[in-house]
Amino acid sequence: MMAASKKMLDQEPSEIEMLLPWHAAGTLNARDARRVEEALARDPELAKQYAVIREEFAETIDLNESLGAPSARAMQKLFAAIDAEPERKPSVWSKISAAISEFFARLSPRTLAWSASLGAIALLLQAGVIGAVLMKNQASTFQTASLDMTEKNAPITRDLGGAAPTRLLVRFTPDARVADITALLDNYQASIVDGANGGLFRLQFGNSAIGKNDVAALMARLQKEKIVSLAVETP
Amino acid sequence: MSATQAASDDVLIARIAQGDRLAMQVLYGRHHVRVFRFGLRLVRDEQVAEDLISEVFLDVWRQAGKFEGRSAVSTWLLAITRFKALSALRRRKDVGLDDEAANAIEDTSDDPEVAAQKKDTSDALRKCLTSLSQDHREIVDLVYYHEKSVEEVAEIVGIPENTVKTRLFYARKKLAELLKAAGVERGWP
Repeated sequence: MMAASKKMLDQEPSEIEMLLPWHAAGTLNARDARRVEEALARDPELAKQYAVIREEFAETIDLNESLGAPSARAMQKLFAAIDAEPERKPSVWSKISAAISEFFARLSPRTLAWSASLGAIALLLQAGVIGAVLMKNQASTFQTASLDMTEKNAPITRDLGGAAPTRLLVRFTPDARVADITALLDNYQASIVDGANGGLFRLQFGNSAIGKNDVAALMARLQKEKIVSLAVETP
Repeated sequence: MSATQAASDDVLIARIAQGDRLAMQVLYGRHHVRVFRFGLRLVRDEQVAEDLISEVFLDVWRQAGKFEGRSAVSTWLLAITRFKALSALRRRKDVGLDDEAANAIEDTSDDPEVAAQKKDTSDALRKCLTSLSQDHREIVDLVYYHEKSVEEVAEIVGIPENTVKTRLFYARKKLAELLKAAGVERGWP
């Protein structure tokens, strides 16, 4: 086994050897600390060097602590200089930033942990909804919502006697949320039948075909939707 | 430093950016001793070190709005202190001294041999720590006293992380040589 320490200092020190001072100070990450601990356990030379480092560590602290503290003059000088500075008008952004910092600083670690957990649950739920929507529409047994022409909010599609239902390729804006997309699908009595190839979803509108003019009107209406960046006919 | 204090330091900086004088007093009270000691170890003159801390915290007052919180406030403070200390050193008359020459002078004045004669390893070690070059002193202090990680030292000193590690290794090697010259053997190297 190759020793982690180098007896000949003319050689380059090993990585572990160089990390020893930080291990003594307790500022290594968990992974490196474990590596150093393991090396110390199997290499007596390294352990001897570590004992020397601990001595240096203690003496450095003593030396610095013996330096005392500055006189009150330093503080007086500072605040005199601050008083001489032009008055500062805080910007709106710095106020908001300060308020946000203060809010998070006030939260206890427990509260922060709970918030993070709730956030994670919300993300999981959102992922579940997206998954459910996609899974549902991938199935060949897909059915559109009911299409009742007698209702006030009658859908914009109409039956042309058994022809294939209208399908369009739609691209949603990057900031579109699942809830927005679901609402849009409901409003248009539409469903996702394929996607998202190149960010495009194939949507089916109603369960029967509509005329060319209606398709054009449908596309125009879709294009006006905030969450739609593109709506074109399927090739 | 605890994570809570680091977060609280960030809040103080945000308030200072709005011109909150009380927040400045709190931040000063929390950090001025360490800033002073770090500066003093670099410039080796109490008067200059006291002037330094006023300059450092005045910079904080002026620049607080630009602090992005990428590093701990204490790391930022030490980086400013180092910059100001090196500028002060450059302004001094003996700025032309290189590390070797500085060490030669300090070796004589600090006299580690006296401590060695007393067989007082602790005293000798302390004197040799004082005799290290400025580059070596600052890295030893940052790691052992200011408890800075490899990444933080790299940020403060402005050198790559690998250089931080090797520089501290060679600082320790130099310390061992000084002690050996003073008749103190510690079993390493």
